[in-house]
Amino acid sequence: MKPEPAISASEVHKSYGSIKAVNGISFEVLKGEVYSFLGPNGAGKTTTVEMLEGIRKPDSGAITVFDEEPWVSASKLRNRVGIMPQDFRFIERITPKEAIRYYCTLFGVPDKSGQLLDLVELTEVEDVYFQNLSGGQKQKVGICLALVNDPELVFLDEPTTGLDPKARRKIWELIRKLKKEGRTVILTTHYLEEAQMLADRVAIMDHGKIIIEGSPSDIIKKMGKGRKLVLQYSDSLYAYLKEELKLDCSRSGESINVSVHSNQDVLRVLEFADRNNIELTSFSLNEDTLEDIFVDLISEQEESQ
Amino acid sequence: MKLKNIIADLKVYSRNYMRSTTAIFFVFIFPLILMLLFGSIFSGSSSSAVPLYVQNMDSSGNMSNTFINTLNSTHFVDITMIPDNVNIQTYISQHSITAALVIPANFTSSYLQGKQVNLIYYNNPAVSTSSVAQQAISVTVQLFNSHFAQKNQTIALVSASVTTHAANYIDFLIPGLIGLVILTSPMFSMTYIVSSYKKDKIFRQLSLTPLTKSEWFLSKFIWYLIISALSAIMIITVGVLLFHSSLSLSLYMIPFLVVGVFMFTSLGVLAGSISRSEESASVIGNIITFPMMFLSGTFFPIAIMPGWLQSVAHVLPLYYIIDGLNSVTIYSNYRSALLDLVVSIAVAAVIFALTVLKFSWKEQ
Ligand SMILES: Nc1ncnc2c1ncn2[C@@H]1O[C@H](COP(=O)(O)OP(=O)(O)OP(=O)(O)O)[C@@H](O)[C@H]1O
Ligand SMILES: [Mg+2]
Repeated sequence: MKPEPAISASEVHKSYGSIKAVNGISFEVLKGEVYSFLGPNGAGKTTTVEMLEGIRKPDSGAITVFDEEPWVSASKLRNRVGIMPQDFRFIERITPKEAIRYYCTLFGVPDKSGQLLDLVELTEVEDVYFQNLSGGQKQKVGICLALVNDPELVFLDEPTTGLDPKARRKIWELIRKLKKEGRTVILTTHYLEEAQMLADRVAIMDHGKIIIEGSPSDIIKKMGKGRKLVLQYSDSLYAYLKEELKLDCSRSGESINVSVHSNQDVLRVLEFADRNNIELTSFSLNEDTLEDIFVDLISEQEESQ
Repeated sequence: MKLKNIIADLKVYSRNYMRSTTAIFFVFIFPLILMLLFGSIFSGSSSSAVPLYVQNMDSSGNMSNTFINTLNSTHFVDITMIPDNVNIQTYISQHSITAALVIPANFTSSYLQGKQVNLIYYNNPAVSTSSVAQQAISVTVQLFNSHFAQKNQTIALVSASVTTHAANYIDFLIPGLIGLVILTSPMFSMTYIVSSYKKDKIFRQLSLTPLTKSEWFLSKFIWYLIISALSAIMIITVGVLLFHSSLSLSLYMIPFLVVGVFMFTSLGVLAGSISRSEESASVIGNIITFPMMFLSGTFFPIAIMPGWLQSVAHVLPLYYIIDGLNSVTIYSNYRSALLDLVVSIAVAAVIFALTVLKFSWKEQ
């Protein structure tokens, strides 16, 4: 049985004056999925997400969230959706605890400030005015408020930008927890490894268009250049790789990059080194990451412009 | 509209408000400073000529005009003429007059024929200035009676009392300062709040909760009502204790407080809504607020201003609030107060309608 879509969008356009922020995108997000929007600054991610949230009106195209049109039925969706906007700001002289309690009352749920503050490790600063919180702490308050109403669908627009490494891991844990609980998560991020790790599917956007969509592993399989061996440079090794094995290789500084096709290729390199008493001090085998593909894709786009 | 939401928002807003020292300063400290300042400068200084209103029913008679000229030459009174076609009692109460003299139509003919004629002097005996006027009139009457060397007193002065009493400067200042608080406390913060909430997308944030725009607005209105009422109580208390104001407290002050706070909370939201940035909001807010602060009879009765400035005052909404407060606290003139209230409600309704039109939580 195919899971139902939580969100579907088709041919959505949005311009700000002459800027085409979103230029005809279509996609579907299934219930229970973690779906991630990636793309350079100004690609249109936030604009897309805001249209899904019902806080921005699309110029044209159709969007449905839980079978409702978000711009029209924002109030109906309010109790099922949680939103953490990019650049979250709140009332200056209100503490995280008060903010969460306020939201709890508005949504008519029991006070869960303790639990939520704990979840994002804000308990220490629960009584500090919002204006005096650090950037990362402010963002965490935004995440807490997005979760007050126990939403089925959570929008997180760059939740980890500006967080310290430990705090980022905490948020990853949280996103995994949300997924485990069966919630749908829309995650916008600039950290490709984060998307690769957390997202079921990603959409890479550029200039208002989705240039590729799919699961990270599918994208890597489809767009990646296979496995790559990086080892330290030596003349004989380089000649062997190029002349004998006829592998695609290149020298960059003191190392050689080789695209390998099979484990055999790797073994032969090791054997050659062994036979010729070449002491290998660096040797690493990598697959293209989502980030490599992202960078390639975006620079290709730029060239074709 | 949910009471629970309004209370939750009121709680958050009032906390945020009370934690700002500037807000507290403008509502509680600033009016006190102004009162101490203006109160000490102007209290007790009364001009030498006291106001006297004269209605001459005998305007074609030369004796009545001579009488008025003589009265004027005593320099004890500052005469203002009342048209001869109005009802004197209504006029007195409408204009909050404490001393008025009526010269009857037969004044010249009776006087020349030596027949007794009565001048009616409407005054409030409790008011010190009215006895000054009375003395000036008596002196003039004696002069006229002796001048013609009649045996009997031709002109008699008949007194009639009126309830209006003359106000001290402080009595004007108190309603003025209350009006100032009604104006500035919502205006300054609402223009700022609305423009900064817009910039920080806090309205958008709130629009994602079940809180509605009207609940939010109502909570702000209630808050400024509370704040302004407290400030008014403080102003009155200090005025009475420190400056011995004889202002009569009246429950009829409440409608002006309510309508005024509503009007300026709306106007503040409107000013914040139509401005594109925090900076322009503060400029727009100041352009609206400052002229009203000084020209609406806040620190001085507008009667002392030149005529053209008085006309300006009449188009400022705060003028009607302050005039209404003056009418109920100083003159007990409820007819004029009612008119002020009606005007204020109408202005508030128009401002509120514009606010509803322009105040939006959503961007397109
Ligand atoms: N309110 C707005 N008014 C005018 N232009 C806007 C507005 N919001 C966004 N834009 C423009 O639309 C384009 C897309 O912006 P958007 O915020 O959607 O990008 P993004 O992918 O979220 O970027 P980032 O990674 O930097 O957050 C940009 O060129 C931006 O300048
Ligand atoms: Mg963005």
